[in-house]
Amino acid sequence: MLMISTGNKAVAAAVKQAAPSVVAAYPITPQTEIIEQIASYVAAGEVETEYIPVESEHSAMAACIGASATGVRTFTATSSHGLLYMHEMLHWAAGARLPIVMANVNRALGPGWNTWAEHTDAFSQRDTGWLQVFVGTVQEAYDATLMAFRIAEDERVLLPVMVNLDGFTLSHIMQSLETVDLGDFIPANRLPYAIDVKNPMGYGPMTGPDDYFRFRWDIERSMRDAREVIRETEEEFARRFGRKYGPAEEYRCEDAEVVVVSMGTLGKEAEVAVDILRKEGIKAGSMRLRWFRPFPDLDLKGREVVVIDRDYSFGFGGVVAASLKAKTGIECYNVIAGLGGQEVTYNDIADFVRDRRIGEEMWFGVSE
Amino acid sequence: MYEIRIHSRGGQGGVTAARLLALAAFRDGKHATACPFYGAERRGAPVVSFVRIDDAPIKIYSQIHNPDMVVVLDASVMETVDVLQGLKEGGKVLVNSEHPQEFPGYTSYHVDLTGIALAQDLAIAGTPIVNTPFLGAAAKLGIVSFESVTQAIREMFADERNVKVAEAAYKELVI
Amino acid sequence: MSTISEIPKEEYITTCTAACAGCSSSLSLRYVLKAAGPDTVLVVPACCTSVIQGMYPNTSFNVPVYNIAFAAAAACASGMSKAFRSAGKKTNVIVYAGDGGTVDIGIQALSGAFERGTDFLYICYDNEAYGNTGMQRSGATPLGAVTTTTPAGKTETKKDLDQIVAAHNPPYMATACSAYPLDLYKKVKKALSIEGPKFIHILAPCPPGWRYNSDKTIEVGKLAVKTGSWVLYEREYGKLTVSGPSRTALKKPHPIEEYIRAQGRFKKATPEIIAELQQSIEKNLARIKKEEEGIC
Repeated sequence: MLMISTGNKAVAAAVKQAAPSVVAAYPITPQTEIIEQIASYVAAGEVETEYIPVESEHSAMAACIGASATGVRTFTATSSHGLLYMHEMLHWAAGARLPIVMANVNRALGPGWNTWAEHTDAFSQRDTGWLQVFVGTVQEAYDATLMAFRIAEDERVLLPVMVNLDGFTLSHIMQSLETVDLGDFIPANRLPYAIDVKNPMGYGPMTGPDDYFRFRWDIERSMRDAREVIRETEEEFARRFGRKYGPAEEYRCEDAEVVVVSMGTLGKEAEVAVDILRKEGIKAGSMRLRWFRPFPDLDLKGREVVVIDRDYSFGFGGVVAASLKAKTGIECYNVIAGLGGQEVTYNDIADFVRDRRIGEEMWFGVSE
Repeated sequence: MYEIRIHSRGGQGGVTAARLLALAAFRDGKHATACPFYGAERRGAPVVSFVRIDDAPIKIYSQIHNPDMVVVLDASVMETVDVLQGLKEGGKVLVNSEHPQEFPGYTSYHVDLTGIALAQDLAIAGTPIVNTPFLGAAAKLGIVSFESVTQAIREMFADERNVKVAEAAYKELVI
Repeated sequence: MSTISEIPKEEYITTCTAACAGCSSSLSLRYVLKAAGPDTVLVVPACCTSVIQGMYPNTSFNVPVYNIAFAAAAACASGMSKAFRSAGKKTNVIVYAGDGGTVDIGIQALSGAFERGTDFLYICYDNEAYGNTGMQRSGATPLGAVTTTTPAGKTETKKDLDQIVAAHNPPYMATACSAYPLDLYKKVKKALSIEGPKFIHILAPCPPGWRYNSDKTIEVGKLAVKTGSWVLYEREYGKLTVSGPSRTALKKPHPIEEYIRAQGRFKKATPEIIAELQQSIEKNLARIKKEEEGIC
């Protein structure tokens, strides 16, 4: 069905179709609309979901963990400080190998209070063992949420998945949305070792160094296997529903001499900048990184790279630029922009490319 | 691409006006986005929202800095906000007012959206609803079709008076 | 049921746990599980029971045990209970948490789960300090008790957890003590027969923490009840009934000194502190008596 929707409502629509047994969530701007919408689906009896209105995000994730451990499908949504308050339980969910799906509406962190878009919240959870995907449109928020359940619950993965969408910029914008007839795209959740009173086991007990070490290696092996599961899932999604996704969305990259690498909505805005630059004779392209964990292999050899980071790791650099350099060895022009919802237009992005100084870092509007 | 900036006050329905307009454009078969600029503004504070309409998919998420048209749903906003900022040369200004408004260099229109709403007794908690009448005015200005306006309104509201006020504004606006 | 011989013979805890000798929390859990039976899942936050159950890949418990982070037990149980109910299962979800994980770090999740009417049983076994980390002060440590972080004795009184829980108006709440297993058994049985959030607060004397010999664990628990330091009661839908073993203390409690002298942790308690403890016992007994008589 073709409609128009906000990013938040698109996520809720996908969750309704995936029909998790348990949703435990706590409100926070700008995520709230997701859980309000799910609560209204539940109240209207449109979905058979137990909605648990927890008293904190730490408890939201703990409740999802308790529910997921019994083998049922679970979902939650949060943002910013809520995500950080969950931090301990994010590690727990991944360590317990539970396929929980969460939408995180990317938002800056206080102080001062700022409810606008930034990616630092998600990146500060990058080592928790969650898969992380970042979306750029309302449609993609819906599609990625559906795919997240299938990827998380695949027995080769069994790790939680975080779907990230930019606060307000995407969560509150209205765009077209085409919903799908899901069919059996998401198979029934069959969690191995779900709690079974007929076969009692201890879950997460004291564990010695050797076993613990092996469990960590298992998580990493699954993260590596997840690349293939993601590829399969995205291919199957394209086959069934016609929309193609990959580790990164490339735009006019084939012959590009300079590539803008960015994430979220800035990656769509960058495509407009690429068109402008192409008209000026600059062979530009855009690569919108979608998956952050597992981190994909990107082909950037022989091109100049401008990385826009809507985040920062203090005392080090932009997280995306640093990750790219670590993975590919590529030196880039690292632009720090859009923190706390700073306005960044396609004209600004075109300027970043025109004025690039490879090997340097620039804080947009602040540093020279 | 046609870009519209809507000025209103928090709680007045400016965000819904943007969403309705985008929905109507979408029903016309166009691509459209509506995005509010959310600040910490509370009820009564001046707010803006943005609508983009195009034949091609819209990839822009930044604010509208050079609109083709400015809509002022509450004329008192003009006392504190420069609603003409960045408006393209010869751009349109539509003001919710009983009286004609003069903006040299721009094409100005006025229509009494508040009066139209009050005539139908259409108000929420004492605040007249100006966004559905605005949709009628937008149709008169050729931004969207009137059929799509009525369709969009009916998709979002059950109260038929919302369609009536759109019709009234369509008739009243002089172009 | 009136005698301990009638308690089921089935064991859900093997004889090979990693508990300290004379551990009364594992003793209590043995009776909790006998009452709950095999259709039960234990949710355990960081506490002595995290260790007592044994080390991977072994477990000394014969029901599923879900270990969860310190502050999260009640919330985890919330999700688990909803998931079981949504799948049409009546499985008992029992949180078995220490006092630190209940009165301090876990109290927010506890409050939230009770306010939401979660169908579960929350049991706090209270050894009045952070036992698993070597006896540091908790909110449940009583006035005058020496812990590793109150080397001169605690200068504040014990947090009144039961009043906090009572403020949530649960359908069932009770106190118990490891020295009275039959009383505990019956209370767990009754709690699990009721739908909604239930709470049992077990006083669990701790030989290394309270500094008495391992063979005195039952004796110390009985002294807590006889002196009125710990009052056994249950509150069903708001109606309080004092339990049999506490009836005598309600009329005429033994002097507090009998309880205090049996333990090394109170050795620095001054006569003033002992007097204050005695006064608080009398005040508490008077309050409970009034509530049972329906005066307040």
